[in-house]
Amino acid sequence: MKFDTPAGQNPIDQLKVVGKPTDRIDGKFKTTGTAPYAYERHDVAPDAAYGYVVGAGIAKGRIAGMDLAAAKAAPGVLTIVTADTAGTLGKGDMNTAKLLGGPAVDHYHQAIALVVAETFEQARAAAALIRVDYARGQGRFDLDEALKTAPLKGDSSGEGSSAPPVDRVGKFEQAFAAAPVQLDAVYETPDQSHAMMEPHASIARWQGDELTLWTSNQMINWGKGDVAKTLGIPKEKVRLISPYIGGGFGGKLFVRADAVLAALGARQAGRPVKVTLQRPLMINNTTHRPATRQRIRLGAGKDGKLVAIAHESGSGDLPGGGPETAVSQTKLLYAGANRLTSMRLAVLDLPEGNAMRAPGEAPGLMALEVAMDEMAEKLGMDPVQFRIINDTQVDPEKPNRKFSQRQLVECLRLGADKFGWAQRSATPRAKRDGAWLVGMGVASGFRNNITMKSGARVGIDRKGQVTVATDMTDIGTGSYTIIAQTAAEMMGVPLDKVTVLLGDSSFPTAAGSGGQWGANSSTAGVYAACMKLREAVAQKLGFNSNDVSFADGKVRSGNRSVPLAQAAGTSGLSAEDSIEFGDLAKKEQQSTFAGHFVEVGVHAYTGEIRIRRMLAVCAAGRILNPKSARSQVIGAMTMGVGAALMEELAVDKRFGFFVNHDLASYEVPVHADIPHQEVIFLDEVDPMSSPMKAKGVGELGLCGVGAAIANAVYNASGVRVREYPVTLDKVIAGSAMIA
Amino acid sequence: MSQNEITMSRRGVIAGGAVGVAASALPAEAQTPPLDQRAAPPTMPVTLKVNGSTHRLDLDTRTTLLDALREHWKLTGTKKGCDHGQCGACTVLVDGRRINSCLSLAVMHDGDSITTIEGLGKPDDLHPMQAAFIKHDGYQCGYCTPGQICSAVAVLDEIKRGVPSHVQADIATAPAVTEMEIRERMSGNICRCGAYSNIIEAMRDVAGAKA
Repeated sequence: MKFDTPAGQNPIDQLKVVGKPTDRIDGKFKTTGTAPYAYERHDVAPDAAYGYVVGAGIAKGRIAGMDLAAAKAAPGVLTIVTADTAGTLGKGDMNTAKLLGGPAVDHYHQAIALVVAETFEQARAAAALIRVDYARGQGRFDLDEALKTAPLKGDSSGEGSSAPPVDRVGKFEQAFAAAPVQLDAVYETPDQSHAMMEPHASIARWQGDELTLWTSNQMINWGKGDVAKTLGIPKEKVRLISPYIGGGFGGKLFVRADAVLAALGARQAGRPVKVTLQRPLMINNTTHRPATRQRIRLGAGKDGKLVAIAHESGSGDLPGGGPETAVSQTKLLYAGANRLTSMRLAVLDLPEGNAMRAPGEAPGLMALEVAMDEMAEKLGMDPVQFRIINDTQVDPEKPNRKFSQRQLVECLRLGADKFGWAQRSATPRAKRDGAWLVGMGVASGFRNNITMKSGARVGIDRKGQVTVATDMTDIGTGSYTIIAQTAAEMMGVPLDKVTVLLGDSSFPTAAGSGGQWGANSSTAGVYAACMKLREAVAQKLGFNSNDVSFADGKVRSGNRSVPLAQAAGTSGLSAEDSIEFGDLAKKEQQSTFAGHFVEVGVHAYTGEIRIRRMLAVCAAGRILNPKSARSQVIGAMTMGVGAALMEELAVDKRFGFFVNHDLASYEVPVHADIPHQEVIFLDEVDPMSSPMKAKGVGELGLCGVGAAIANAVYNASGVRVREYPVTLDKVIAGSAMIA
Repeated sequence: MSQNEITMSRRGVIAGGAVGVAASALPAEAQTPPLDQRAAPPTMPVTLKVNGSTHRLDLDTRTTLLDALREHWKLTGTKKGCDHGQCGACTVLVDGRRINSCLSLAVMHDGDSITTIEGLGKPDDLHPMQAAFIKHDGYQCGYCTPGQICSAVAVLDEIKRGVPSHVQADIATAPAVTEMEIRERMSGNICRCGAYSNIIEAMRDVAGAKA
């Protein structure tokens, strides 16, 4: 089905099942430990041997020699995979660094060997017996140093965030120089790690020249292609199966070393092999969100209207990598006639930088929305009001291109009202609760809506059970449930009459989980397949397909009514289709919006920061399931707390690696850090997005949260921290300067 | 599954694997001794009562309780998130008290009674805490969830038994089921999807129903 005209009335609009806060249909499996994740498939590979990954001990250089003798002779060891045994490997389209290093080493903890043994304990013990002689090379590990000579570089995150090397509208420099009120500030965001709970894991099994990988991967079709390319085998010979994924956040968008090494290990051992990346290896072995250095200049009239906006960002990555597109949202978020964005990319020999939840916008808004807070203060304006008067209903760079829906002002107004924003003092350090200084902060949330081609197959059996099969994934986002809701709505059956099968590359190719496109695109693909199936049913019954309804398990046309099961017949009926998106997204800008509100307490004597309240008001098209969508948003808000207050990969600039590479030292929010969180979804349907009229929320929930927290800390303590994370040492240092 | 079935199938797997490798991979590496001539790892018999049924296994003494459950008992509901006691995904109940099963060797638990997530309830016969997690959407990807639920059950029991915590103003008095109290006690269980707010509501729901 081609989607190239705005959606009209369609069966989804009945909202009998779609739009309801339904419990997840996979919940009873996840809560009882019966949902099988990648490493847990004793059922399919009972004889799997265990692989243990050895990571490089240098960041840059060569392996001069590897002594494997002791490891090979160790109890239980079946084989050892190294670059020597692997043969020539290709590099996938999606990853920057090779997944198996040697003799050249491209980054610290790049995989250089896999020890395969009968048991996990044997593989681990033998891995420790491998002696590697390195010839350490010179690496570039200092972002600030490297940015001094870094070239301009444009790029797209591939997830709706993109910018050219330099983008100019009007005459920024002149307008800024002439502006009565100016802000010029530099912000820093650190490298961050996805730190999903399930480590990357795969079981590989060869049958002849055909490879099956049970793996933990967000994008099945990309993964299938990259596994084939890396191993140098035809794509048709690879099957990926990934029904349950223990979190990804972008860290599992691409094939990683676990999958490739399991495949190589299984080929060498002549039997299935399972590999999980050891937690202390994950942070340096896989990808991370790159650190940024961002300069923002804002110029406004005394009336608060922006006349000049510049956002320039620098980040680093391995040779051949890309920039963090932190300036992208600044092209679209606020009005202003004179605009400049630019990006620089430094070459670093740190581990690979790549997409992490809301790449671009997450760190970009952490800077821009603090700058907006600072500017509001300079203007003597309320920060909510300042944002409202600078709203735009059209693309500021192309004023004849409007937003399909844009309710940012409504998000901010409703949020301010519900949160009690009127109680906030404009003067910092004005509110106290015992030893705690209390403050409120606000930020706009913004993230584009992306549509991706997505397919599905839908069948009805003779009992009237509807089954959906698609290679879409559920990474905790609720795909199982919203796909079931979509099929139930379309075929007129209750939710328990729908079975959903996901994450298998033998199913039709779906959008996959990334860039907050998954929910809208994958359900639209199911919609397309259901429309085709409805037509097949009508045709079989001799009904006029323009005058047919599917409800209560029956197909009706005029006076005639036939149970769906009967219509399907003994052999059943099925249909396959995909949704393909035309150029509607070019005609009107599709974006999602939020107002984030946070109240913090800052301890007057220790600088300790505690989140007291959080609210997000979101406008993101039709909300397919308010329960799972709300969970996406509170989860993103929680990740925003981490970004604002604690998450930072510490770079060892001498040896070139992230020092805090486990869950004890890379701190993420825990229960004690997170208060009760509120989410409000505005009523919105967006006929430009898809027949579902939905958009994404999974990344929107993160965009702006960090800045709202930093702004609240300022309002509470009077200390403006521009280098994330906002930690108590920085608050104390700033407080000393105030006193 | 009986104890014999488990023991036999595991040995069968190891023997079969060894033969396969001797025939295929080793000839090219003459200096490496054949698999069956290498020292076997030290093992010890371990008897565990897991979810009510007793099994005895000879285990490599390096095997953690977590890997014993996941790889030998094939109870994969208990998750390995970090293997270093940093995340709580591997939480199980040992004689009613919660521990990180990755930080404990299986041989240390000879004779112990272990309850895993599979022992709390089943998909069609849910424990009240499992049902509350579903109702309040106290999970997303589901990987930390078994550990969260085992911890949640144990936390309510700890509060009931008067086990003190860091956030109690007066540790001489009985702790109450407050949000602060629950959050503090649950903080060893990381949820990167960020379902904390909903987990607290699920636990309060269960605690309220019990009261």
